[in-house]
Amino acid sequence: MGTAMTVAVAVSAFAFGIVVGSLGASAKLSHSLALNVLADFYTTIVRGIPELLVIYLLFFGGSGVATSIAAAFGYDGRVDLNAFTIGVLAVGLISGAYSTEVIRGAVQSVPFGQIEAARACGMSRWLILRRVLVPQTLRFALPGLGNVWQLTLKDTALVSVTALAELMRVTHLAAGATRQPFLFYGTAAVLYLLLTTISTALFNRAEISANRGVRRA
Amino acid sequence: MNWQLMWDSLPRMLGGLSLTLQLILGSLALGALVAFAVALLRLSGNRVVEKLAAAYVFVFRGTPLLVQIFLVYYGLGQFEFIRDSFLWPFLREPYWCAILALTLNTGAYTSEVLRGAILSVPQGQVEAARACGMSRALAFRRIVLPVAIRQMLPAYGNEVILMVKATSLASTITLMEVTGIARRMIAQTFAVFELFIVAGAIYLVLNFVATRLIKFAEWRLTPYLRARA
Repeated sequence: MGTAMTVAVAVSAFAFGIVVGSLGASAKLSHSLALNVLADFYTTIVRGIPELLVIYLLFFGGSGVATSIAAAFGYDGRVDLNAFTIGVLAVGLISGAYSTEVIRGAVQSVPFGQIEAARACGMSRWLILRRVLVPQTLRFALPGLGNVWQLTLKDTALVSVTALAELMRVTHLAAGATRQPFLFYGTAAVLYLLLTTISTALFNRAEISANRGVRRA
Repeated sequence: MNWQLMWDSLPRMLGGLSLTLQLILGSLALGALVAFAVALLRLSGNRVVEKLAAAYVFVFRGTPLLVQIFLVYYGLGQFEFIRDSFLWPFLREPYWCAILALTLNTGAYTSEVLRGAILSVPQGQVEAARACGMSRALAFRRIVLPVAIRQMLPAYGNEVILMVKATSLASTITLMEVTGIARRMIAQTFAVFELFIVAGAIYLVLNFVATRLIKFAEWRLTPYLRARA
């Protein structure tokens, strides 16, 4: 049960992180100085501060912010974010900072000539994005995103401090109740290893399929 | 924003800085020794030893650090023979448990960095050293290792930053380093953002100093790259 929750948090946070990362990467690559500075600020801060501190920030401060945002939209009353939302937001924000850098690098490695060629063919901006930029970026970004996924998966263990019943929290409770901590933490370690091994295999397959159009030397 | 509170909290947070620094420096130093040994074992040519070292690296890179810390701090005490052994006075203390877990963790990551760097030393240089009559050990000490250490610095810099951040996990086993103090003060005052900013700034400064030091080491070790400039 705990493992399912861990996977749920990790997948949601990773997806949220990719959305944040795409926005962050486009902000970093835009010509607006304000957006550049903002995105730089975000990635520097989040990557330079311990993950645990970010989780504490959202755990203790998240509901307050949500309440004031709701108040700004005319809802008065307290908004309580549940532990799952906080976990996903916190880990997603961390994962997003790393994804930003990965996606930015991948976008920059798409040869500019291809975009010019697409423009010369008369494609609109959206069509270029969909047909040329995104498929190529995905191919370049996959190895880096694989690393981010491994980080995200392991960061979910930190969410246990918010009492969300994911793998680590369940283990902690079981270890305390049975007085066999080594057995339970050992099992948790094996489960995490299993998750990382499986996901490594999945990412390898994804890479092969993303690279199917590329001639190997 | 309560500036007064931020200002007042600074001395208390900095009180945790010495513990944070001890954890960082202690585990990095011990971790470097572990990494060196493991990297040599992985390149030893002995199948069994290589497999064992690879398994160590796999386990410590594939599990969250929090699991490793809890395994050491809560897990080891389960066994009678550990509680009876001479190690118990150390393993009873959260401080040494944190150092041990962080050391083993960074040792695994660093050994991979070092192994990659050793493998990247051009074979021709080793051959040249052997042709000059150096023994294998001497060639390793004089040629391979210095080149490898220079080669690994950028990747090692990333590992140092990860370790600076990883020490915050020691707060989960009751150690009062910067994050532990921040957490306790947040619980007392509910000034989440103010205290987060102060604690975060301390870590940012630490990471800034760490990256500068690595950059400086890189600069010192590559005189041939700046001779022309």
